[in-house]
Amino acid sequence: MSEKLNFEVPTMAQLIARGEEPEILFWVGCAGSYDERAQKTTRDICRILHHVGIKYAVLGTEESCTGDPAKRAGNEFLFQMQAMTNIEVLNGYNIKKIVTGCPHCFNTIKNEYPGLGGDYEVIHHTQLIQQLIDEGKLKAEGGESFKGKKITYHDPCYLGRGNDVYEAPRKALEVLDAQLVEMKRCKSNGLCCGAGGAQMFKEPEKGFKDINIERIEEALETQPSIIAAGCPFCMTMLSDGVKLKDQDQHVQVLDIAEITVRANGL
Amino acid sequence: MVAQILFIAITVAAIALFSYNLRKVIRNIRLGRSENRSDQPQKRLMTMLKVAFGQTKMFFRPVPALLHFVVYAGFVIINIEVLEIMIDGIFGTHRVFSGLGLFYNALIGSFEFLALGVWLGCVVFLIRRNLIKLKRFTGVEMTRWPRSDANLILISEILLMTAFLIMNAADAKLQTMGAGHYTSAGAFPVSQYLQGFLPASESALIALERGCWWFHIIGIFCFLNYLPYSKHFHILFAFPNTYFSNLEPKGEFTNMASVTNEVKAMLDPSFTPPEAEAGRFGAKDVNDLTWVNLMNAYTCTECGRCTAVCPANITGKLLSPRKIMMDTRDRMEQVGKNIDKTGNGFDDGKSLLDTHISREEIWACTSCNACTQACPINIDPLAIITELRRYAVMEESQSPASINTMLGNIENNGAPWKYAPADRFNWADES
Repeated sequence: MSEKLNFEVPTMAQLIARGEEPEILFWVGCAGSYDERAQKTTRDICRILHHVGIKYAVLGTEESCTGDPAKRAGNEFLFQMQAMTNIEVLNGYNIKKIVTGCPHCFNTIKNEYPGLGGDYEVIHHTQLIQQLIDEGKLKAEGGESFKGKKITYHDPCYLGRGNDVYEAPRKALEVLDAQLVEMKRCKSNGLCCGAGGAQMFKEPEKGFKDINIERIEEALETQPSIIAAGCPFCMTMLSDGVKLKDQDQHVQVLDIAEITVRANGL
Repeated sequence: MVAQILFIAITVAAIALFSYNLRKVIRNIRLGRSENRSDQPQKRLMTMLKVAFGQTKMFFRPVPALLHFVVYAGFVIINIEVLEIMIDGIFGTHRVFSGLGLFYNALIGSFEFLALGVWLGCVVFLIRRNLIKLKRFTGVEMTRWPRSDANLILISEILLMTAFLIMNAADAKLQTMGAGHYTSAGAFPVSQYLQGFLPASESALIALERGCWWFHIIGIFCFLNYLPYSKHFHILFAFPNTYFSNLEPKGEFTNMASVTNEVKAMLDPSFTPPEAEAGRFGAKDVNDLTWVNLMNAYTCTECGRCTAVCPANITGKLLSPRKIMMDTRDRMEQVGKNIDKTGNGFDDGKSLLDTHISREEIWACTSCNACTQACPINIDPLAIITELRRYAVMEESQSPASINTMLGNIENNGAPWKYAPADRFNWADES
């Protein structure tokens, strides 16, 4: 939620100084670090990690862009510079397992880093949440009730089509006892929010409509009270869309991590 | 005897012409850069069996999938009949497989149903294209030729099937009349209804039967030789194209090895890079693309499923993944013709990027992979778009201003926005 964290987020440097190793590294990502809206999701991912007692750490100021937007824009040099620098840091800390708060970071580290010397087990935070639910460590109790609320989930391209992760985020929503409604274009046929391929950082090319408007219209057709997201870029595009459609009073755009935190009262 | 010699001559000529054109197509594909797609042969075979033979990805849209499956099955299975026609043609026999007895009757009977299915399927396809005018079959790239190409294919299939059924009807009628050469063979569950419309005289029937026989077989040869000029090439290329398709997760982009060496040398001065491969970064023209990209272009049958799901195209941007594939093929054909005329190394001052594909198109892509997911035979337009962007950015430094800003930010601050690296961990203390 909007409150400050009531615990300290451990960094790799601190852990190593204490001679400890984390079970998992939380890769925050640039949006999760700097974007105000995405920071809320970042803190909620930490709340989940803290709550279940997993030994985790972040890189803090040692983290840098994975290079994803550079690569999608066609600048392979910059991408590989970023990748190799990051791999040096990660390998230096002997990292084995990574959870990311962003599907773009997830895809890049999981698929594109191994060829450059960075081999890690990489999961997206929705997969972590699903695992924790499966293990019984996370439930949906003690917090806000989502019972009967209409929730529609928007598949991020780099999680869904990009890496075939469709079920984990839905499982995380299923425990809520809410009413899950699918948009007409969902899962492998899901429509992009419009931010991928470095579009996040530029004005759209000429057309008769913005992609996020096309998507939000489809989402609103399901008459949801919550649109669930799993990506900070989708979060921006969908939130903007809901505002432009003047629906932000009735419809919330929330990350799966935020929903989980609310449901558990963390 | 004259007929047999003529038949053999036509067959040899048709096959020779086709091999000549096919060799040119393969030469054009080989203009592309190398890419290793020979790993995991078992998985590749399974992909081909599922996607090309089984047409699993077609069934995402059940109605055209069903019609297409009938036409496809009809086309493949009726080829057994073509084998018989070939043998009959060469040796002057009449229905040489008829020795199979009841099985033969079942075979011919099922061919007739399939032929009817193909006939109806093609008629429905023509209606969808020309009367209902489905949106998927329109678009800037669907100019006169691609539209005529599609109609020509459908009309020739209808004609071929019509000839096949009339041939059978005349044959059956001659069989019941006890005409000399026409020994009793086959079952004709569909064409029996055509018999009533046929002439009664034996000579007229023989002329009709022979006419349809020749029309059918010569039609097939013409069809075969039309393929290299047509979008219909997919009936052959779908198989290698799916076999050599990308098996990695769709989100993964290739890491450029040529860049890796340079970056390693930059980060570690003691590293001596191996001899650099000649060529530019990314692609400006077709020969900068890989052979897989180029094979993809020959395989594309312009169905437009990619464009129909492209978020950029849906919202009115110039980008159309189908156009990317069609442009690549057009340019490749042009480069091929240049080589035929003047040999290698001829520069016609044109290129895939700018002459065919505009900057606005490549910068409209969100790399969402909807196009690659939608393609029923695993064509990858995104790979080509990425190569064109790589050329624009790395060889020319020509990208939209805001993209340049983003790249500069990553270079200087390690983030695509202009924030100080020292502030990266501030989120932990904020609310």
